[in-house]
Amino acid sequence: MIIPYLIIMPLLAAFLITLISGKGDTWGVIFSILTEITLIILSVIGFILVLENPLVYNMSGWNIPYTITLVMDSFTGFMLVIVHVIALLALMYSVAYIRHLSKSWKYYALFMLLITGMDGVILTGDLFNLFVFMEIGLFAAYALVAYGNRPEEFEASFKYAVMGSISSTLILVGIGIVYSVTSTLNLAKISEVLATQPVHVVNWIGAIFLVGFGLKAAAMPFHAWLPDAHSSAPAPISSMLSGVLIKALGVYVLIRLIFNVFGFNAIFSRVFLGLGTLSIIAASLLAISQWDMKRLLAYSSVSQVGFILIALGIGTRMAIFGALFHLLNHAIFKGLLFLNAGTVEMCLGTRDLKKMGRLGKVLPITTGTSMIGTLAVSGLPPFNGFFSKLIIIIAAIEAGFFSTAGVAVVGSLLTLAYFMKFQRYGFFGDKVIEILDHKPGLGMQTAMVCLAVLCLVTSILVVPQVRELVMDPVINAVLNQAKYIELVLGR
Amino acid sequence: MKEKHGMTLIVRTITRISVWLIFLYGFYIIFHGHLTPGGGFAGGVILALALLNYMLAYGREKTENWININLLHDMESASAILFLIVGILGIAISGSFLANWLSGGKLFALFSSGTIPILNIIIGIKVCAGLFFVVWTLSIFHIEEEAEE
Repeated sequence: MIIPYLIIMPLLAAFLITLISGKGDTWGVIFSILTEITLIILSVIGFILVLENPLVYNMSGWNIPYTITLVMDSFTGFMLVIVHVIALLALMYSVAYIRHLSKSWKYYALFMLLITGMDGVILTGDLFNLFVFMEIGLFAAYALVAYGNRPEEFEASFKYAVMGSISSTLILVGIGIVYSVTSTLNLAKISEVLATQPVHVVNWIGAIFLVGFGLKAAAMPFHAWLPDAHSSAPAPISSMLSGVLIKALGVYVLIRLIFNVFGFNAIFSRVFLGLGTLSIIAASLLAISQWDMKRLLAYSSVSQVGFILIALGIGTRMAIFGALFHLLNHAIFKGLLFLNAGTVEMCLGTRDLKKMGRLGKVLPITTGTSMIGTLAVSGLPPFNGFFSKLIIIIAAIEAGFFSTAGVAVVGSLLTLAYFMKFQRYGFFGDKVIEILDHKPGLGMQTAMVCLAVLCLVTSILVVPQVRELVMDPVINAVLNQAKYIELVLGR
Repeated sequence: MKEKHGMTLIVRTITRISVWLIFLYGFYIIFHGHLTPGGGFAGGVILALALLNYMLAYGREKTENWININLLHDMESASAILFLIVGILGIAISGSFLANWLSGGKLFALFSSGTIPILNIIIGIKVCAGLFFVVWTLSIFHIEEEAEE
């Protein structure tokens, strides 16, 4: 059984790093990279295994009402692969980047705790256990955002901590209400019991969780923490937060709860569509007016999460495919763009787009990969972003949501607009730059090139044969509520 | 004879005695975690409070001489690893994580209920060290502020 090791290994690595490392970061680098490579292998093997037969693991050898279950179906496997691919590349990037900030093992220990939290949230089949792992991940994230020790980073981290705690409190209240209504915390059991409850109970519980996890996912009215936190964190952490944390803690949990536990209905659909539309349009407009490179990318994350939310709101089979595909794509290209921005920040010592210039000569790889990332996020063929946005728009038209399709098209155009600004001022400015403060390391460049290649390679998921093989089981896992209950409770 | 840090002689004399009583109570709570209310977390908090009691009465510097901070740091990390090792032994012996692989023993005996007392002790150490370091770290800022004045 591989499921518990996905949580045990990063946790063990985190504490081994704190125990063994003396002053330097050598052991931190060795342990975290080895762990991450093992986890990537485990999660890929796990994903291939669960495409056929989903796995359920009962902790401590107890049975369902008493135990904590860990559930690994194809949706879980899909998320785990995304998390670990981005995490490995971010770690590779970190080695050179973090040494220029400080030479400490603390970063790697916290990074491993962040992975533990995300793995736990993705794997668990127990509502309170989900809350505990979410807090582990969030606390590591609060510390990592403030890792650079500058005043604005502490401010961002504090803001993140306050907003995060408010949403966690709401989630805890929600869990309390669920427990009082259903007398169980197992997600499958909750799903079974809630089906017999009046629909307004389900909707109220859903509303509380939508606000709580919506804040983690940074949907528009709850987004205020994100631009600060994601722009002040060290670059690899920004790419982890934007790439996977908001998805694992926010979007994944929302999909799991709304589709597999509460049951998708018209009200949830309308709320998703509303939040998504607001996120896409307002965040894009805010992004256009930014002059801070990483802040622009942070607002772009809010707007791209909006695309995922409207696809979830449409709720048809094709739309879910679009949502999951866009989730994967956004993790890859936003991860890449944050790493690019981090390289530029490290080499020029500024995040202000006005102070940048022509970087093609001195940073050819960063310029090239950022161009690929830009084309992917703006939705230009043949990159992955084009296909996922196209699928979302087609799904909206097929299901009769014409205004939503219009919003998605306008959102795409606005995305292109602010990324033109990003490219024009950030990489193709008038001032030719020849002298750099620091040189990017080999690991940093490799990570960026790998992500740029992935931007192109993941387009292959639209090929019908590949989609049937990889994505169809994932979509089935999301849409089939009865199967999830049957899987966990074994009836 | 007033020292720079810490409190008056009365408080320090009382503390010298009461610290050991608090320790005793903390260990009692931890060791009876599987029999009475309480357990690793509650007992660990009490142990941490004993250390903090000493720190408040005698000040930071004397506490640094009294307990080995580095050892406490290592114990904090090691306790988490030990917890995981007990869990992994559960996989190895009984087939699932944290399964109780020791025999249950006699009901209500002090040495009974398998791995639960072991885990309680480990959690106690972890919580004690963790909570102590939270206050310890916060007190660093206090000292720096005084130095600026």
